[in-house]
Amino acid sequence: MSQVEYGIVVVQVAKPEKDLYLIPTLEVATFREPFSCPSLHPSFYLIIFINPLPIMSKEPYRTLQTFTAPQEILDEHEQMADEDDTPDAFQDVARTKQVAARQSDYQLRRFNRSDAMIEGEDLTFEDRMRLAELEREEEKVRRFKEQQEKEKAAAPKPLEDKTPPRVIAGGDTPPRAIAGGDTPPREEVKEGTPPPKKRRWDVEEVKQEKEEKGEWSKEALGEAPKKRRSRWDQTPAEAPDATPSTKKSRWDQTPAASAVTNATGQAPQFTSTGVMMVEDKRYRSITDEELDGLLPGKAEGYVICPVPDDYHPAPSVRKLVPATPADGFMQQDESDAARARAAVGGLQGSSEQTEIEGIGTLQFLKQEDTQYFAKVLGEGGGEEDDVHYTLDELKERKIMRLLLKIKNGTPPVRKTALRQITDKAREFGAGPLFDKILPLLMERTLEDQERHLLVKVIDRVLYKLDDLVRPYVHKILVVIEPLLIDEDYYARVEGREIISNLAKAAGLAHMISTMRPDIDHVDEYVRNTTARAFSVVASALGIPALLPFLKAVCRSKKSWQARHTGIRIIQQIAVMTGCAVLPHLRNLVDAIAAGLQDEQQKVRTMTALSLAALAESAAPYGIESFDEVLKPLWLGIRQHRGKTLAAFIKAIGYIIPLMDPEYAGYYVRECMPILIREFQTSDEEMRRIVLQVIKQCAGTEGVTPSYIRDEVLPEFFRAFWVRRMALDKRNYKQLVETTTELAQKAGVAVIVGRVCNDLKDESEPFRKMVMETITKVVTNVGAADIDERLEVQLIDGIIFAFQEQTLEDNVMLDGFATVVNALGGRVKPYLPQIVSMILWRLTNKSAKVRMLAADLTTKLAPIIKSSGEDQLLSKLGVVIFEQLGEEYPDALGSLIAAEGAIANVVGMTEMNPPVKDLLPRMTPILRNRHEKVQEATINLIGRIADRGAEFVPAKEWMRICFELLDLLKAHKKAIRRAAVNSFGYIAKAIGPQDVLSVLLTNLKVQERQSRVCSTVAIAIVSETCGPFTCIPAILNEYRTPELNVRNGCLKALAFVFEYVGEMSKDYIHSVVGLLEDALTDRDHVHRQTAAAIVKHLTIGVAGLGYEEALTHLLNLVWPNIFETSPHVIGGMMDAIEAMRLGVGPGVVLSYVLQGLFHPARRVREVYWRMYNTLILGSADAMVPFFPNLESASDLAAGQDYTRHHLMMWI
Amino acid sequence: MSELRYTQNTQLEQLHARYTGTGHPDITKYEWLTHQHRDTLSSIVGHPSLLAYTSIADGECQARERFEIIERMLQPCGKPPGKTED
Repeated sequence: MSQVEYGIVVVQVAKPEKDLYLIPTLEVATFREPFSCPSLHPSFYLIIFINPLPIMSKEPYRTLQTFTAPQEILDEHEQMADEDDTPDAFQDVARTKQVAARQSDYQLRRFNRSDAMIEGEDLTFEDRMRLAELEREEEKVRRFKEQQEKEKAAAPKPLEDKTPPRVIAGGDTPPRAIAGGDTPPREEVKEGTPPPKKRRWDVEEVKQEKEEKGEWSKEALGEAPKKRRSRWDQTPAEAPDATPSTKKSRWDQTPAASAVTNATGQAPQFTSTGVMMVEDKRYRSITDEELDGLLPGKAEGYVICPVPDDYHPAPSVRKLVPATPADGFMQQDESDAARARAAVGGLQGSSEQTEIEGIGTLQFLKQEDTQYFAKVLGEGGGEEDDVHYTLDELKERKIMRLLLKIKNGTPPVRKTALRQITDKAREFGAGPLFDKILPLLMERTLEDQERHLLVKVIDRVLYKLDDLVRPYVHKILVVIEPLLIDEDYYARVEGREIISNLAKAAGLAHMISTMRPDIDHVDEYVRNTTARAFSVVASALGIPALLPFLKAVCRSKKSWQARHTGIRIIQQIAVMTGCAVLPHLRNLVDAIAAGLQDEQQKVRTMTALSLAALAESAAPYGIESFDEVLKPLWLGIRQHRGKTLAAFIKAIGYIIPLMDPEYAGYYVRECMPILIREFQTSDEEMRRIVLQVIKQCAGTEGVTPSYIRDEVLPEFFRAFWVRRMALDKRNYKQLVETTTELAQKAGVAVIVGRVCNDLKDESEPFRKMVMETITKVVTNVGAADIDERLEVQLIDGIIFAFQEQTLEDNVMLDGFATVVNALGGRVKPYLPQIVSMILWRLTNKSAKVRMLAADLTTKLAPIIKSSGEDQLLSKLGVVIFEQLGEEYPDALGSLIAAEGAIANVVGMTEMNPPVKDLLPRMTPILRNRHEKVQEATINLIGRIADRGAEFVPAKEWMRICFELLDLLKAHKKAIRRAAVNSFGYIAKAIGPQDVLSVLLTNLKVQERQSRVCSTVAIAIVSETCGPFTCIPAILNEYRTPELNVRNGCLKALAFVFEYVGEMSKDYIHSVVGLLEDALTDRDHVHRQTAAAIVKHLTIGVAGLGYEEALTHLLNLVWPNIFETSPHVIGGMMDAIEAMRLGVGPGVVLSYVLQGLFHPARRVREVYWRMYNTLILGSADAMVPFFPNLESASDLAAGQDYTRHHLMMWI
Repeated sequence: MSELRYTQNTQLEQLHARYTGTGHPDITKYEWLTHQHRDTLSSIVGHPSLLAYTSIADGECQARERFEIIERMLQPCGKPPGKTED
């Protein structure tokens, strides 16, 4: 066995002078013990890596306890991985599952919001407002300091002048990177001596200082509600006595939620990990002196390496070891974490299914989970230990257990847990629930699925808690708001759902007072998410309810941030509610109108963007609401430059399409010079906006074609039709759209004439962009305008572009087809050239070229036929037929599809090769597993069966029938559908008996999908050949004493009756017996399927006089109304609703009346559900059937329930 | 019905908002019958022949009959009974 020594390389860190340079003479210090230092003393020593260095021991060979790969191989692999940076194939997969891993820096700023992590209820409104105020103050001071720092760096001469430079009040939050950067100036650092201020390890704390609600400004204010240490410039090591009196446990620290501390009524508190560590000497960090002693110093030729400038330590991961608060940090064997680890087999976590006693089967267990859920994992975590705990602790343990089940459990485990937590939500109470759920959601290693599930829990719980949730609204918002800017659509939807439910539960007033402090928060991220959340609240509770508040915010004099956010809220409302803003458009525009002349540039920009959003949502109505802002916008585009100008132009661009034609024309003409001026800009965003606005302007009625042709197009093409535009996807898309829109006005010839030469450009993306534009223009406007010369050029260019294509997409192909189809008969002269190109390329050695050629054949076949070039088609047909030995499935699929297309246009009789040769060639290909091949083949076969079945012997068709059964298992629905349809065609061709027996036999197979498809096929056969051919066989087959078969028969019958509709009337009496049997079966799936038959049958025979049979069936269905399984009850309800049509609403109402006022609520629920469906379907028809319920006592009480109008008699 | 709680009832609010005639398990007799009366009245207004019939019976012109019926929908069964249980 090899002994492992742990080596560390320690480099002393000083202030960075220039760039990081690695010292050549690194030495490896070795320790016999694993060097366990979870968090080092914040000193100048930076440990670059800790790497186990295996040293082969000289001891004699010992018997192995376990077998593993030889060490050499492991070493070699490790070395290989180190050397050429071979990425671990699964590393990325694991990372991308984590939400935080793929989020942008901006989105990760959610972790800066620590306020969700405090246990207990939200702070009061006053407290939060005060804190927000303090944060702003603090930000100001920080900015001031930064400014000073910068000035110092800029002018190294000592500053005599002590007057502080003015703080820039306006700017945004500075980038995070700077946040930790205010380290002392490096000149002060003397090498070798420990500098006066140690802050290397302190970086994160500095950063968090920002979140700590203004400790030192509080001192400045003279009010110190809680005594807090300013740890701004202190090393935690010097502060072992730091009273942990902050009222926050932060996200990066141990979840403090220990029941013990709760019991003492004191919130668990930590200041920093450093403080926590010092108590235990095993975890005490090394001091500078110790390190100096350990490592060679300057005398031996070692220097201390400076911290590189661009080194920003990753935000620390929460140390999830449960702490005992009173006597510092202890990690003992009986500690919870150790137990947890023991519980999962000594592992730190597992990605495999784990069975955990007392919890159930979990799909995975991450390391973080073992720590977070330590209390309910492992020894003492089981339910049998619950007796030792108080009621509150029990609640907590129960919640944790449920959450673990929901988050990590297998679907059945999760489902029951979710139901339990919902049912008991009010029992648990809001506090304990959210104290557990919310920190989990802020976990860094959270994955999509976990997040989804936790959000679901919140949703369910919210529904139950209703107004009990109030004290936790802010905490929930902090956690949920980030979902609103998630890149995943469904996450955004979930976020909206939660916030809107929250708003409904908590009420408008509470929501406003909760979110008000965030509106002018210092952090732009917080303001942004708050604005989005507000817009959700507005759409949940109605825009009018929120309007007064919004108006006030948008006019706030106190801070520009508030105005900015207010305006942004309105923008978000517009984006979210769409045309629903129309009724409130004037109010909303009025609220933000003043923002256009705001002194803050950001507010002006945001106002313009909001106006754009409002106009976009309101289009094409509501121009009168914008009257007020037209003038300022107008003046604005002349005054502003840069970003603001872009926003103003955007607003105008969205407002112009709302105008009357003459105004629109005037405005377009006025604003065009500015747009044309901005064609030259290098700002990408501006370019896109300009393109967008040009598109909108060109779309309005008031703009004349000649104006576009003469004034816009020359500049437009010069500025935008350059290769560079094709490289960025957004530019590309926008340019294509705009050009297409311009072509609507200017005509196809002008545009295509200008770009068509570029089809031969050397840059492929550019060619692609040209082709896409031409395709769209030709699709919209047609090719009638294209003259002969241009036509030649165009075809030439397209053939060139098609042949030169290397990128894999359909743009060239679609373009080719579109243009050729649009040209119609005019393309005839070019066909021989095109076809010979195809023929040439069909035999190309590259599979992709062959595939494209075949695809092109598919697209061109109709036009070749209509040009009367039949001999070309038959030539193509034969060549493709010869190519059917193709080995690349993609190409083969295309070839078959091409053959199919040719067969389609030529007809089965004329087809060359003849159908009788073609079909037998197809039969073996049916066995190909590739989806594309399968689909193309089945389509071709179906087509032949439909049109030319007589050319093929019945025996061959039977063979195909058997092959088709396999296709019923296909994953792709289109294939299964085509296969099922083919059964119909074949049955029509060779008679139903044989096909039917094949299908009925197939009901015995195991796979559900195959059986289901067989039933559909049976139904199709019965539709094509008449129900009388099938129903007797199905009834006969139903007698088979086998569940699957009987079920299949029922299902087939359901489809049969669905397809045959009114024809069912001849068979209703034949199947009543079967239905009696099925509806009284024990198996609920049986009854469900039978209910489906009843439904289709009833709808089919409604109004044809079969009420007596239907009533009989209704009596059989009715006892099933209390089924609980969702599908079964759904089936029953459908059948009853069908009965509303079949026997009339009056009869069904008389059934329903029995239970509407039943003493048991569960019974009433079902009956009212049925009543409501009746009302929905036939409210009017039920009028004569309502019972008379008047009574003398009611009359005496003042209620007259007699419907006098029905008593009238003439 | 446990599943219904999450699937059906979440839409109940919208259902009631859109179709006033619908009910729920905790409806009172008064509410239910009021809905019935309104349904009845709207049915009469909606079928011209029925309206003609009632207007002849009442001896009023159709427009007035129509107006009166619509007015009657306000509280077709009189005032709601006093709250007894809560």
